Amino acid sequence: MLRGADQMSDRPLFTIRPVAAALAVALVALAAGPATAAGETLAIRGRIIHTMAGDPIPDGVVVVTDGRIVAVGPAATVAVPADARVLEAAVVTPGLIDAHCVVGLSGYLNQDEDQDQLDASEPVQPELRALDAYNSRERLVEWVRGFGVTTLHTGHAPGTLVSGQTMVVKTAATAGVLKPTAMVAVTLGDAGRAQGEKKAPGTRAKSVAMLRTELAKGVEYRRKQADPDPEKRPAPDLRLEALARIVAGEWPLLVTADRATDIEAALRVAEEFGIRIVLDSAAESHLLVDRIRAAGVPVILHPTMKRAGSGETENASFETAATLRKAGIPVALQSGYESYVPKTRVVLFEAGVASANGLTIPEALATITIDAARILGVADRIGSLEPGKDADLALFDGDPFEYTTHCTGVVIDGAVVANEPR
Amino acid sequence: MPAMWPRFEAPSHGPTLSEPSAAPCRSAGGAVGSPRPGNSHPFAGLAIALASLVPWAAAACAEPTVAFVGGMVMPVTSPPIPAGTVVVAGGRIIAVGPAATTAVPEGAERIDVTGKVLIPGLVDTHSHIGGGSGGDSSGPVQPDVRILDSINPRDAGFRKARAGGLTTLNIMPGSGLLVSGQTVYVKLRRADTMEGLLQRDAAGNALVGLKMANGTNSQRDPPFPGTRGKSAAIVRQKFTAAREYQRKLADADVTKRPARDLELESLVECLEGRRIVHHHTHRADDILTVLRLREEFGFRVVLHHVSEAWKVPGDLARAGVPCSVIVIDSPGGKIEAMDMSLATGAVLEAAGVPCAFHTDDPVTDSRLFLRSAALAVRAGMSREKALEALTIAGARMLDLDARVGSLEPGKDADLVILSGDPFSVRTKVLQTWVEGRKVFDRDDPEDRLFAVGGYGAGRDQEAEMCCAGPTK
Repeated sequence: MLRGADQMSDRPLFTIRPVAAALAVALVALAAGPATAAGETLAIRGRIIHTMAGDPIPDGVVVVTDGRIVAVGPAATVAVPADARVLEAAVVTPGLIDAHCVVGLSGYLNQDEDQDQLDASEPVQPELRALDAYNSRERLVEWVRGFGVTTLHTGHAPGTLVSGQTMVVKTAATAGVLKPTAMVAVTLGDAGRAQGEKKAPGTRAKSVAMLRTELAKGVEYRRKQADPDPEKRPAPDLRLEALARIVAGEWPLLVTADRATDIEAALRVAEEFGIRIVLDSAAESHLLVDRIRAAGVPVILHPTMKRAGSGETENASFETAATLRKAGIPVALQSGYESYVPKTRVVLFEAGVASANGLTIPEALATITIDAARILGVADRIGSLEPGKDADLALFDGDPFEYTTHCTGVVIDGAVVANEPR
Repeated sequence: MPAMWPRFEAPSHGPTLSEPSAAPCRSAGGAVGSPRPGNSHPFAGLAIALASLVPWAAAACAEPTVAFVGGMVMPVTSPPIPAGTVVVAGGRIIAVGPAATTAVPEGAERIDVTGKVLIPGLVDTHSHIGGGSGGDSSGPVQPDVRILDSINPRDAGFRKARAGGLTTLNIMPGSGLLVSGQTVYVKLRRADTMEGLLQRDAAGNALVGLKMANGTNSQRDPPFPGTRGKSAAIVRQKFTAAREYQRKLADADVTKRPARDLELESLVECLEGRRIVHHHTHRADDILTVLRLREEFGFRVVLHHVSEAWKVPGDLARAGVPCSVIVIDSPGGKIEAMDMSLATGAVLEAAGVPCAFHTDDPVTDSRLFLRSAALAVRAGMSREKALEALTIAGARMLDLDARVGSLEPGKDADLVILSGDPFSVRTKVLQTWVEGRKVFDRDDPEDRLFAVGGYGAGRDQEAEMCCAGPTK
């Protein structure tokens, strides 16, 4: 049975097929056959293998069986089974992780019927599940997968105070969901204000007051749910259930906050309620390095190439990822939410620009592999090339971050899901 | 001209560039180096007073003679020179050649660019920086409206564009109207007035184009068109009126000539080829509609964005119409852009269609303009054509190729010093020069803020302390 073959579209729309001959970099081994059958053994050789679990391995090999990594090491010492199908690449990395996006909920056409990332009818809706809106066959999923992205943290978008849940999912439709609910999306600042007159929240302070009120409801619901007398427990309520999980520390809040004012407010609320939060976008996080580090809060930073413009992200810097990392703050990069064109960014490109602005290549890779996996709580499965982990890999014909390098292959759970140079 | 693409070493992080001694003058007014009558700059009086007191102040405001020595020179219209020299004087390039055989004039400021790469200043055929706005929502055809009357030269976008190596821009109104107004060609001098930015012809007239659009952006409730057919009909009607106006203007009897009509006047300039139409268009059939209108009315046109140009390269080649392409990180965002391809540049190159790139800033960031061409290279375009598409090809589309777009003696001294390969993600724009003056220097902390970002990078600039002394 072929896995992932259904995603290997032959539509010409997004490919570079018109000049594929000129590229002539397709791997013979990849081009020769379709996706790997489950149960097949795969050996991926790379002139450099960035395992993200130790130093890069020159002339290394990753051996994969039944969708899992079984061995990683120098080609000279790792035994490759005789029946293994061999793939070769200049550079091999773990499959890339987009630490926050709306791909799959927000479709590429940008028409009402494919925009399911935000319901603005109410300001607080933590009960909305990403799972119920995600379209695994959306073309943007295929698009980012072609550039090595194997896992998405996607879900409800910034734009209302509490817009809904996020999920962690692989970019192959057959690969399933890693986390049905990863976090609950909160937006502070201008972007979180309700649209229209006399609608709340209309100010920053009101946003925070409403968020605190909701969290207090969660605390109360949780207290009552714990009543030894079942008769006295409150009737089930999906919204309060979600809030209770948040205050219990089960689900972190993903707080989109760009202005320093809003970042501080987020940290203040987190401390008041003792909840877990992850800062999202955080354009002015470079102004609050000590405060964020002291709070022990990770940052899923805006795309490096985020439009700075004159709004809340006007003080964004290409160097923020480097600034945060050097300060010891866990940082991952995201493709974010785009309302127009491009309908999505590609996290490989965003990390590339970060690698040109203060991060080394391994450091920049960490922001879209192992560090992203840790922040998302899925590092036991993905994010590095180690025995026992899922066989998610990206293959490149050179420095992954160079503009003119191509992603030549993508493997998810041991199946080749993309093999056309992108 | 076929030019071998040079081999680049690993990204250079070598010593920083030396500072030319003429650096104190950081301004460039309208006509560079000449007095600026009517300047309402609050410091203008101060500047004049200082100039009379401080000998260097006045001297520093004349374009210095500068020799950039030892770098990889990529003139674009001739093969790269591995260790070359470019000499500029009076705001123009006076010599380009191998360092070994190109004389540096006595008294010239000498800048060692060994290990660096010199390319022409980048030409962006389609930008929206400056906070300007063109036609309003009162009607679909407004060729009398000039974007130049609405631009803020202190907009932070100008600083960022200089940081990206851009030197010549076509700033356009938007695509929400069939004809949204007159575009303006600017040079990114360090100017604090619009007049100081204008690109002018020999007679001193501002050089401008006309922005047109078809497809969905300009379709709305009446009086706007509701369909593509209606869009074309409205445009045909207006150009037909312009033809009639043109005919009457030629009447031998002066008294029979029509009263001046600013709308039709603008269109007549297009009919006569004195003004180029810059046409927003995405879908293949919309592209063909523009070619049809061009055939009928004979205007000169550059097609912009052209998401589906890769579907009709033969038609474009036969028409000989140039395309200014936007490079976007993913397809979609609107239905017309659903089939956008990174390979458009490669397809147009193969078909022999003239191709430039543009930022459409804020859609893409001027600081990352080189990246647009690099992604086209990734998708199969040759490096030579991709560099042309950032420089001389765009210059031709603005009718400015006699003045900008390549490093050739006689052309404006617009150039960019790069740290390495133009198409490497790790290459930095180190300096940008316009008409013989440095307008961006990555080593200057204030400039660096706009190049990299950070607190204050979104703010529009303060007055540029013209000629009032060093601002270091």
